[in-house]
Amino acid sequence: MAEPLNLIGGGLAIAGALLSLLGAIGVLRFPDVYTRIHAASITDTGGASLMLLGLGLISGLSFVTLKLAVIWAFIMLSSPAAAHTLANAAFTSGHAPWIGSFRIMRDASAGKQGPRRP
Amino acid sequence: MTDLTRDIDASLVIDLSLLAMLLVLAVAIARTRQLLAAILLMGVYSLVCAVWFMVMDAPDVAFTEAVVGAGVSTIILLGAILLTHGHAEKSSAIRLLAPALAAIAVGGMLVYAVLDLPAFGNPTSPANAHVSRTYLEVASNEIGTPNIVTAVLASYRGFDTLGEATVIFAAAVGVSLMLGFGDLSAGRRTPDSMGDHHVVLGVTAKLFVPVIILFALYVQFHGDLGPGGGFQAGVLLAVVVILHALVFGLRETMLAVRPGFVRGGAALGVLLYAGVGLVCIVNDGAFLDYDYLFPPEIEAQIPPGLLGDPDHPHHWGQHFGIFFIELGVLFTVAAAMISIFYGFAGRAPVPPGTEAGQ
Amino acid sequence: MLLAAAIGLLTAMALMIVRAIMGPSHYDRILAANSFGTKTVLLIAVIGFVFGRPAFLDVGISYALINFVATVALMKFFRYRSLETPLTQVGPRGTGKAGRG
Repeated sequence: MAEPLNLIGGGLAIAGALLSLLGAIGVLRFPDVYTRIHAASITDTGGASLMLLGLGLISGLSFVTLKLAVIWAFIMLSSPAAAHTLANAAFTSGHAPWIGSFRIMRDASAGKQGPRRP
Repeated sequence: MTDLTRDIDASLVIDLSLLAMLLVLAVAIARTRQLLAAILLMGVYSLVCAVWFMVMDAPDVAFTEAVVGAGVSTIILLGAILLTHGHAEKSSAIRLLAPALAAIAVGGMLVYAVLDLPAFGNPTSPANAHVSRTYLEVASNEIGTPNIVTAVLASYRGFDTLGEATVIFAAAVGVSLMLGFGDLSAGRRTPDSMGDHHVVLGVTAKLFVPVIILFALYVQFHGDLGPGGGFQAGVLLAVVVILHALVFGLRETMLAVRPGFVRGGAALGVLLYAGVGLVCIVNDGAFLDYDYLFPPEIEAQIPPGLLGDPDHPHHWGQHFGIFFIELGVLFTVAAAMISIFYGFAGRAPVPPGTEAGQ
Repeated sequence: MLLAAAIGLLTAMALMIVRAIMGPSHYDRILAANSFGTKTVLLIAVIGFVFGRPAFLDVGISYALINFVATVALMKFFRYRSLETPLTQVGPRGTGKAGRG
């Protein structure tokens, strides 16, 4: 009974780590703050959920699982809130997105051309 | 045998990755001239150090490094660069020559000294073979707390910990003398809000404040059994007050946690700690010798077996002694960090974008 | 198996460090630091399991809380250049607080 749970838990943990890794690659590759915030916060929360679920399966029903659930609750509460606040602060301070009407209007009023297309 | 090999491989891979990250971070901190980036990277550096301490099996140290280095220290340094510059100037190569030579000399001496140290975890090294082994063998009999680190920190080396608490108190006094004690009038000058209204942040902060306080109390009282204790709990309490001040404004926080109360709390902590030591002297013991915390007539009235082994009644004094001094450290550390934050935040110039600063 | 997860997390953390150093704007750096903190909490949990010491989780819980506060402080510093003015409007004051102005 314990062995398949350990395997499933380990697999979930690896899946969570993989999701975090994909998010980190996204943060490196995406062109703009807002897209990076998407990459980082979504994959952080999802990867943390998978990984903590996997570790909880490995540790069974015990006090350790309760602590893992507490970590999960805090990450679920704080990570999206921090991402929202960061995006809000970036936008209201005038940081323009990579493409979109905000940048087009701002660049048009400054007399510049459109954004560079990849 | 395969388990031992797996442990060595796991340790080695994780160790090398962490060391590489530390090296890259150190070079980046030294090279950057944007101080906000430097502070942020220093927080990340402290975090990698905390993981490093974890890997070396030192959870108490890792706990303190994580909460202080990556938490409070970042916030207080931000307050410091609010009062000064956010950029560092570019130094010419000649001016950097002397510090570079000094750094190379000291680094070389450190590397030479480290090469002579015994291997990590070697049980026959002088540190591990004599004093540490004695502590590990007698601590459960003499002190009775499961966490040996707390037993050493609070009882065997209690005088040293009193020195640490006093140093933190002195730091708070020093900062207060330079920046002001953070009286309520500093909070009254600030404008009412930033203009933006962060609803999500306000709700999340409101949810987090009682949770962090509860967790700080858990860490405080769990310090006998696992990693934790007075220092970490004190820093967590200071962080919760800082969170409240950041989100709801310094004025609201100063109404809730008054600066006079904070000043008194810092002094009370050190007084409590030294007071425990003095009570031991009054009861015919040495300073901070908790076996003499209670006079014998009170100890005789304690029902045996209530706490621990009935054959070792001096556990009672040890437990209460450690309880009180951890409480003292909690008060001092929390109040010191809060008053340092009040000092920095209360002096910050009014930002130019708000109504009062136009 | 958990060691593979730990190595994956370490790689993700290393990539985040690159973004923290490189990020052209400070918002990139704050984002990278926040994400690094969350990954560190996970790494502490995994290391605790790899080395068989679940007592490490207390450190993870406390850093998950502190990460949020440090991110708020960094964002507030960079965006608003102040640590003291409130970010949300406080509610209407009751009768007891009016005299304390």
